[in-house]
Amino acid sequence: MSTESLRIVWIYPDLLSTYGDRGNALILARRAQLRGMPVEVLEVRSDQRLPATADIYLLGGGEDGPQALGAQRLIADGGLHRAVAQGSVVFGVCAGYQLLGTSFFAKGTRYAGLELLDISSDRGPTRAVGELAGEVDPRLGIPHLTGFENHGGRTRLGAGVSPLARVTAGVGNDGVTEGAWRGKLLGTYSHGPALARNPALADLLLRWATGIHQLPALDDTWADRLRSERRTAVAAAARA
Amino acid sequence: MPLRAKVASSVSRTAAALSRAAGRGDGSVIGGWIGLKIDPDLLAHLSSGRAIALVSGTNGKTTTTRLTTAAVGVLGRVATNSFGANMPTGHTSALAKAGSTPYAVLEVDEHYLAQVLEATEPHVVALLNLSRDQLDRAKEVAMMAQLWRAALVRHPDVRVVANADDPMVVWAASPPADPAHGHVPPHVTWFSAGQRWHDDSWVCPECGSTIERSGEQWRCTGCPLHRPEPQWTVEDDGVLDPTGAWHKVQLQLPGKVNLGNAATALAVAAEFGVRPVDAVSRLGVVTSVAGRYAQVDRDGRNIRLLLAKNPASWLEAFDMADEAPTLLSINARDPDGLDTSWLFDVDFSPLRGRQVLITGDRAYDLAVRLDVNAVPFQHVRSFDEAVRAVPPGRLEVIANYTAFQDIRAELDRVN
Repeated sequence: MSTESLRIVWIYPDLLSTYGDRGNALILARRAQLRGMPVEVLEVRSDQRLPATADIYLLGGGEDGPQALGAQRLIADGGLHRAVAQGSVVFGVCAGYQLLGTSFFAKGTRYAGLELLDISSDRGPTRAVGELAGEVDPRLGIPHLTGFENHGGRTRLGAGVSPLARVTAGVGNDGVTEGAWRGKLLGTYSHGPALARNPALADLLLRWATGIHQLPALDDTWADRLRSERRTAVAAAARA
Repeated sequence: MPLRAKVASSVSRTAAALSRAAGRGDGSVIGGWIGLKIDPDLLAHLSSGRAIALVSGTNGKTTTTRLTTAAVGVLGRVATNSFGANMPTGHTSALAKAGSTPYAVLEVDEHYLAQVLEATEPHVVALLNLSRDQLDRAKEVAMMAQLWRAALVRHPDVRVVANADDPMVVWAASPPADPAHGHVPPHVTWFSAGQRWHDDSWVCPECGSTIERSGEQWRCTGCPLHRPEPQWTVEDDGVLDPTGAWHKVQLQLPGKVNLGNAATALAVAAEFGVRPVDAVSRLGVVTSVAGRYAQVDRDGRNIRLLLAKNPASWLEAFDMADEAPTLLSINARDPDGLDTSWLFDVDFSPLRGRQVLITGDRAYDLAVRLDVNAVPFQHVRSFDEAVRAVPPGRLEVIANYTAFQDIRAELDRVN
């Protein structure tokens, strides 16, 4: 941790917050607090400078216009690039995942991304809407991914990144892989409060940020029930 | 009315009656559906000769339609789609069932506003608000504002009553003048009904700059879009009209949001020449709207039903609810939208200190949300279990759309 408290920055909630994205900041903060860590959550709006010294940066989903504007401002600001160079954790969701790559499509135009992940995104043939599930890269040591996706993009992964998961339901990047990660940067099409259904992923981000490898276990009864309910629902939909 | 329309209208009424008699619904959709099959222009035929008001927006349209119907009723008989069947089939059915009336007040699903404007040629259209609602399939907020705007450009004669507090609505209601095509901006009367929810209007729909808020004022930092001065406003427990006269409003419906809906209703009725002083007492007659706000006594509990469909309306529901045991019920079926992410856009902390029960198809999503929100709760499997779990007295029930209908069915489809 960079300071005496864990600093979480929610980047541009005025632009990139369409689907309950606040949830990821709330969940990380709550899980850190329950383990006795002091936490500070900063919401940095698009007309403010991005601090380069936080531990975790969160990028949420957004409509086309705000996504393009957000990418332009982040490139001009440069703070996120400095933070990544210093080893900060970045978690991007949906539009926020796409803009971490080299380019993405919005409003029919190709926009330059932040080039922090070796991915590029195009407009897909159809909108991907519905449950998303996948088996996570075993090197990350966390159970299956579950979420809800709602995006029109398709994402190509370059050699510099690994897929977050192999898709078992839904579309993700292209119907085969879902999300991407490299170092302490991780992105997913599981949109909005992705961490609500994936507490182990939240803890992975906390471990990356704090360097603490053994976090005390928390009572995840309700999240576990939600995960198993969703898994059953996805399996039932696949049989139908 | 052409013969084809007469036949269609009559068949439509019969089908609605059959549907009701068979207990398959309230007949407000099926009748219109059959009528439109026989005569696709039936809605236009049924509309002609009536002075019509349309009411649209993400939230409050059913209640505002009900209040507006009461207010316009000062002038004569009013046809309305009071069951919340707010697409063209519902409008057709409602007008056919009402027979000939001088007035009609129709609630319109925001996606259908352009189509219904075209078919009904209304005298006035009320635009309440635009916020996120069922985003897995609904149009995104800015796109919806664009559709409204394009529709209004094609109908320069319609009078508009619009919410000055919602930047998306203000932008939609102020299309640019285009003299080359004979387009003049519509005549707009602005009301202020207050707005608790701001998270869908931080970015200017005109230029993409940030929208700045200070108190009730807002303005774009990059272009001239700003809050217009409203002619109708809520003040204390009443409504200020454009002449500066204040009218005390005594509603049987709870919450500040319904005072705002009352102001809107008076503003719309005024477009037909109704004086607020004549209409205001009629608003108090409205007790519940398709089960919303209905109170039912069961086993010593006074159960009150509040519908909350999206983040903006949850905030309003917490404001309306008493400090009493509260049951929250969440489904994610087709009419609700399949995505529950919005739960994290709602701050449930106002419920701390109340006994909270949760139920519904998606109770586990809610459980995780409340856990993160540090709101203690108890999960129950049925409505009956919830009633037994609370002491005698008030039980507030807040539910989203199909969860609300499920509970309403348990209470014998209370209206």
